[in-house]
Parts: sequence; structure tokens; C-alpha cells
Amino acid sequence: MSAANNANPPVVFTQDELGWVSWIDPLLEAELTERHFAGLVDRFRSKSEYFRLLVRDPEVLEARTKTDKDIFYNVADGLPRAERELAAAATSRYNGCIYCASVHARFASTYSKRRDDVQRLLDEGVGADLGERWNAVVKASVALAATPIAFSPDNIDELRRAGLDDAEIVDVINGASFFNWANRLMLSLGEPSK
Amino acid sequence: MATKDIIDTLAGIEPGSALDGIRAKRIQARDNAQKSYLSLFEPIDAGDVSLVERAAVALFVIGLHREPTMAGFYRAKLAATADGARLVEAVDVEIARGETSGPYGAFPTGPLSVENKAGLIYRVSAERKPDLGDRLAAAFEHAHLLVFRPRDAAAADMKALLAAGWSNTGIVTFSQLVAFLSFQVRVVTGLRVLGASLGRTTNAAAGA
Repeated sequence: MSAANNANPPVVFTQDELGWVSWIDPLLEAELTERHFAGLVDRFRSKSEYFRLLVRDPEVLEARTKTDKDIFYNVADGLPRAERELAAAATSRYNGCIYCASVHARFASTYSKRRDDVQRLLDEGVGADLGERWNAVVKASVALAATPIAFSPDNIDELRRAGLDDAEIVDVINGASFFNWANRLMLSLGEPSK
Repeated sequence: MATKDIIDTLAGIEPGSALDGIRAKRIQARDNAQKSYLSLFEPIDAGDVSLVERAAVALFVIGLHREPTMAGFYRAKLAATADGARLVEAVDVEIARGETSGPYGAFPTGPLSVENKAGLIYRVSAERKPDLGDRLAAAFEHAHLLVFRPRDAAAADMKALLAAGWSNTGIVTFSQLVAFLSFQVRVVTGLRVLGASLGRTTNAAAGA
């Protein structure tokens, strides 16, 4: 589906599965070379319009994807998956990326089993009261997303009071920062579809 | 202990320090943040986005974040790029003109419209446009949109870039550049704030 045919874009934040349509031309599957497949990292990403667009610059896409995977999936000595996904969802909610928020709110619900709290973040916004630990993660993510960046020693103190150690705080910083990368690609190169 | 990468350099992280040790636990993220930087600033193929365009956009984007250490780094990079030195002053003037606070912008029409927030819609000054040229002028206007009001981005913005001479591939690289810098400046700032707090903790412990 092309963006021109996207008659039904989502207008609220949701945990439902959404599609995404590009505003400029992705590569065609038939155009992909081994250099492109290296950039896609996982071969199945050739089925995604978003990744076939980003693979126009395969070296950057490859490095970005590997950064993403380690920040979110490598849970050794760090923050639980649920809270990395919470940082991603809060950042996306604040920046206004309905597509990214849907994906990472869904992951946050899956890993935390706190679907209603995640939904309140989407419905009420980043000021929703989600308890001390989640509030600290959301506040830190939002402070990092602001431009100029508002992240301060107070955010570190709050995260520590909520029980996070230094390695876990680095995971919050990485997860929230990464979504300032992801949001700007998803928001600027295309749009979500239901 | 790892060799200092660009994030270490910009955040002031020394080999063997506590933060270096924590970063070593995410070695793939660390190495690939560095590879992202190198792919954008030392690309295999600069055919769709020139090196001077990359450096000028980087200085503009980081300047808008008002992060002086990193802005200094990218200012030096632009000045050292062939044909870049002549652009530094124009970019600095445009940074000053574009400074504001974000994110702001409009949501799709519907229940979220109550959260819409108006703010500066930046356009390159008529005086500086000849210095920058059509491609960079369009790039700066788009970069400002992405930095401060990404939720305002629309299909028409892609048409404006195409009309200014950007290719589809160039738009992808340029978007990655702005988005990557938005990541890099936050990791650097976050790690620097955390690092300062570690120093404070150590000093307090030493004094106790």
C-alpha cells in the first residue's frame, strides 16, 4: 500500500498492531544485492517496506540495527526488558510517534504484565502516575528527549532511589536515546496505517 | 578496557573508568554506535550526500541542541572538510536563528489535537541562502523540523527535499544523519551526567 492510499491513519496512541507506509520509494525486493542483505541483518526484513527504504544506505542500517539489538535484547547485568521497552514507549509518546509507541507499548505490556499501566501512559501521556520505579524511568526518558536536553543529576538520583544501579541507568539512557533516533525515522519518512 | 571511541571522547569517559566498564557490557551497541558514526562521516559512497553537507548538517543539528562540547567537535569537522570552512559562519548564524525548545507540533486531527503545541517554524534566512545553496537550505529546514517537531513531518516535506535536488537515497542518509545525531547527543549527555554523579559519590565516600 502506498501512502496516497492510506485513508485510515491512526489518530490515537494504541497497543494494536499498526502498519507503516513510506512517503518515498523503498527498494524493490528484486533490486536487493548481497550488500543490501548484509545491511538488513535479518533476511526476513526484506519483506518490510520500512527496512527496504532504509537499506538504501546499507552500512548505516546495519550498524543501527546491531546497536538497537544490543541495547534492547542483551539483558545481561542490566535493566529488565520491560523497562527498556517502557523507556522506548515513553520517548515515543513524548515525541509523538504513534507507530513506535504502539510496538514498544505492546512489548512493555508483554514483559511487565502491566498492560493497564502501559495503556495509561498512552492515554494520559508521560505525566501518568505509574509508581515510583516506572515514573523515574519515564521522567528520565522524557528529560533526555527534550531539546535542549533536560536530563540532570536529579534524574540520576530518582533512578537510584527507585532501585536502579549504574548499569541499569546506562540501559535507560541508551534505550531512551535510541528512540530519539528511531522516532525521527518513522515520523519523517512515512506514516502509520491501521 | 576498550580503546576510546567517539562517544567516550565526547562524554569524557576514560579507559578503565567505571563507565568504560559498564559500556563494555554492551560491546555490540558500543561498536555499532561507532560504526554508525563512521558510516555517516566516512562513508563508502558519498555520491548522494557530500562530506561537506554531512558536516554542515551535523554542526547545525548539534548547535540546535546547545551542547557546546559536541558543537565544537562538529564545527572543527566542518572547518576541516574541503570547502567547509567558508560555511561555518553561516551555519552558526542559522543555529542562533533556529534556537528554540521542543518537542512541539501537531498530532493527527482527532482526540490528540488537544495536545498540539505551536512553536517556531524555521526557514533559512534570505541572506544566507546563497551561501548555503538550495540543497543545504532545504536540508537545514528539514533538520530543524526533525529536531524540534518531528510529529509535524509530512509527505510534502519529502517533495520539498526532492525538489531541492535530494535523491531518495540521499534523503535516507540525511534522515539517518539527523536521527543518529539526536541519539548520539543524548547518549553523550546522559553518560556525562551519570559520570559526574559517580565522581560525586566517590568523593563523598573518600571524605567519609
